[in-house]
Amino acid sequence: MLVVASIVFLGAVGMLVMGWVRRDRPGLPFVGENETANTFLVVLFGMGIPIAILVALFVISDLVLLKETDAPDAGSTAMTVTVVGHQWFWEASYEGGAETANEIHIPVRTPVELVARSADVIHSFWVPELNRKIDMIPGQANSIELYAERPGVFRGQCAEFCGLQHAHMAFRVYAEPRRRFDSWLASSERPAADPQSTQAKQGQRYFLEDGCAACHTIAGTQAEGTVGPNLTHLAGRDTIAADTLPNTPEDLFRWIQNPQSVKPGTKMPGLGLGAKKYHAIVAYLTELR
Amino acid sequence: MTVSTPPATTVRINRLERIWKETPGLLGWLTTTDHKRIGILYFFTSLFFFGAGGVEALLIRTQLIGPNQSTLDPATFNEMMSTHGTTMIFFFVVPMSLGAFGNYLIPLMIGARDMAFPRLNALTYWIFLCAGIFLYVGVFSGNAPSAGWFDYVPLASKAYSPGPGIDFYALSLLFVGISTTAGAINAIVTIFKLRAPGMSLNRMPLFCFAFLAVSFALVFALPALSTALILLELERLLGFHFFIPASGGDPILWQNLFWIFGHPEVYIIILPAFGIATSIIPTFVRQKMVAFPLVALAEILVAFLGFGVWAHHMFAVGLASATTIYFAAASLVIVIPSGIQLFSWITTIVTGTPRFKTPLLWIIGFIVLFIMGGLSGVTFAAIPFDQQTTDTYYVVAHFHYVIFGAAVFPLLGGMYYWFPKVTGRMYHERWGQASFWLTFVGTNITFFPMHILGLDGMPRRNYTYGPEMGWTGLNLIETLGAYLLALGLLSVFANLAISLFRGERAGNDPWGGDTLEWSTTSPPPEYNYAVIPKVSSPYAMWDEEDREEDRRNLELGRKTLERGHETPASTAVDAEWDEILEMPSHSAWPPLVALAMAAVFTMVLLQQWLGAAIFTAILALTVVGFHLKEPEEA
Repeated sequence: MLVVASIVFLGAVGMLVMGWVRRDRPGLPFVGENETANTFLVVLFGMGIPIAILVALFVISDLVLLKETDAPDAGSTAMTVTVVGHQWFWEASYEGGAETANEIHIPVRTPVELVARSADVIHSFWVPELNRKIDMIPGQANSIELYAERPGVFRGQCAEFCGLQHAHMAFRVYAEPRRRFDSWLASSERPAADPQSTQAKQGQRYFLEDGCAACHTIAGTQAEGTVGPNLTHLAGRDTIAADTLPNTPEDLFRWIQNPQSVKPGTKMPGLGLGAKKYHAIVAYLTELR
Repeated sequence: MTVSTPPATTVRINRLERIWKETPGLLGWLTTTDHKRIGILYFFTSLFFFGAGGVEALLIRTQLIGPNQSTLDPATFNEMMSTHGTTMIFFFVVPMSLGAFGNYLIPLMIGARDMAFPRLNALTYWIFLCAGIFLYVGVFSGNAPSAGWFDYVPLASKAYSPGPGIDFYALSLLFVGISTTAGAINAIVTIFKLRAPGMSLNRMPLFCFAFLAVSFALVFALPALSTALILLELERLLGFHFFIPASGGDPILWQNLFWIFGHPEVYIIILPAFGIATSIIPTFVRQKMVAFPLVALAEILVAFLGFGVWAHHMFAVGLASATTIYFAAASLVIVIPSGIQLFSWITTIVTGTPRFKTPLLWIIGFIVLFIMGGLSGVTFAAIPFDQQTTDTYYVVAHFHYVIFGAAVFPLLGGMYYWFPKVTGRMYHERWGQASFWLTFVGTNITFFPMHILGLDGMPRRNYTYGPEMGWTGLNLIETLGAYLLALGLLSVFANLAISLFRGERAGNDPWGGDTLEWSTTSPPPEYNYAVIPKVSSPYAMWDEEDREEDRRNLELGRKTLERGHETPASTAVDAEWDEILEMPSHSAWPPLVALAMAAVFTMVLLQQWLGAAIFTAILALTVVGFHLKEPEEA
């Protein structure tokens, strides 16, 4: 496309340059002043050549290539992942019951059906290296196929303007060898481990009693909120707040202590619990492997 | 022009001057129904909105100059980008092209003395002004819309945009839609019925064909937008359910309705520019347009086909493949009429003997930018490519090449071209050429890198980006380009403003122009033409014998219509003399009707239903007054 477009562009600009060079001479080179020849030029360049190029473009892209971005046929994929867009994070769930957020794992060289839904406004699921974008529309389930040829981490982001923090609504897709993926999935299906250190135990209490649990789920505890992302295996993720910060204890502390300064407008409030409690909660969260 | 003015001519001209005299002072401007004065009002008002939209653009670019900037907070950024788009499209390009250029030039080009409905014409201006103020009251009171210019639901629904920003947006667009619809109908009737006898459709300037096509497109496209806006406001203000899936609504309904309007709107924006290009090119290359009938046909075809392609804005929503393939094919078909026009301009320039004065430079800049924007536009019809690039900066680059490059450049060229006609003075030529180059370079520095950023994955409408994304360098270049672009535009208007007072006297026809407006004085008198001009080709000004006959007619008092405020009407196709129309002169009703309408919209915004009812009654009364015949002049 780029090559053809460049030729067309240079050709047209070339004609304009010729107009400048021959500004004192009427008519065309060789042909001279001839109205029929002029009209013929317009029809040739304005209709003839474009029709040929456009038909080729249409057949190649819209009849042949298009099949690759279509929704997969039923039964053609090995597994299904459902991703729900929220203002401003991604919730992912697997058929076996595993739930996670903002980091989606898929097995490599396996066709995966991705079902895209939305919990609020329209978002668009887009991993440029894996497939087209697909809008996530409330009341509608769209699907595309994700297929990773090689293992790797692929960045994705929301591509439909969805409000204040549209800019901080990214995610990652981890394409992993089958065995590694299977063990990830198995551990993700398990409920959260109980906290071990004293500080983490305190942290769990604060988490459940001081408001966090109203919005977040940690499987295996009484935290069953569904407003924010599922945190059951938070410590296994590389990033927090939809790929906004790396998942280090320092950044986690900064985030939960004052989310509005990190991501202004996020639905997560700062609860004003004091540094001691926040440190305890961070200790708890970092044990959620 | 003439050697000496015969006494009979002077008497007639004095009589016409007396009959058509405008009220002096501010009152005159408030009550005018003269299409030229209304055009000038439109010009300055839409120029003001251009400035506002420009400031918003610069704020956006400043915020994106580097990663993680905080010039604007996310909320303000979203307000600025929403208001920028809304302002530029609804309150700058359309009123500038239709309201200012169309109003001023259509009657002049067809040899008429005014638009077909002069009072309605004044009304469209006052409604436009009130609607613009309405939107900006929202902006300055901290209630700017923030859901983007296409305002997708459910983001724009009450649940996710609880403030009144969206109401300001929706009501101001409904409001200005009334103005645009009325203006379009006025233009259609004017072009069909008020052409000087003899100007059959095949002798009409291509400029008028373009405006005719645009006006038809507007009349058919705007109802879809108005419907969408009314449904949205019923939902937001009265709790109806049209778009909310939980209550059985469908958010895609909004997208369909919006783009059924929105894609024709793209051609509505660009066709006047085509019309301006086809006026400027023949004058400066001293050659008639190549393939005139094909171009006229292409202008109308573009407006028509524009209605069949709207879903190409929606290739990522998960429509059925058959649907997307149809819309991709339809979108490709539009390339053909655009290609014909493009190569008609180029061939005319190549085969003529062009003088590269400022107006022609803008048109050549336009052609280059339009080719760029057109080529990137074609790529969206490759569905898989579209599904990657839609909602990225690649799209932003594309539509700025089309809307800024291809629609605004000819408007700027047109400002230089008709400046001598409207003001009677010449602009500064060298300064004009320098401004062109500054703006042209600025435009490309600002918008070209956006293609690359888009292909590199930068989504549009992100208020910021991280340094790790690798987008910093190009964004910096774009922002610097935007400052350069702003400087270029400022120098354009500085040149025109200074020339308004200091420019050399222009005379009637400084360019050797091809259309009728160059036959009258600069600026034209209130009645435009003392004699209804004779027309026997689309290049009326180049038919020396006809102009000579006009002068004889004036002397003999033929076709001067000096008994009253009159202009002739002719038949729609062949332009045979039909009847003589008595035209209204000044009236205070248009601004009053617009004010009453503004009050109704304000009451609806405030949800004061009783107040809305009262003002609707007052509005009805003013509309009755609007239709009264004016008292007979003594």
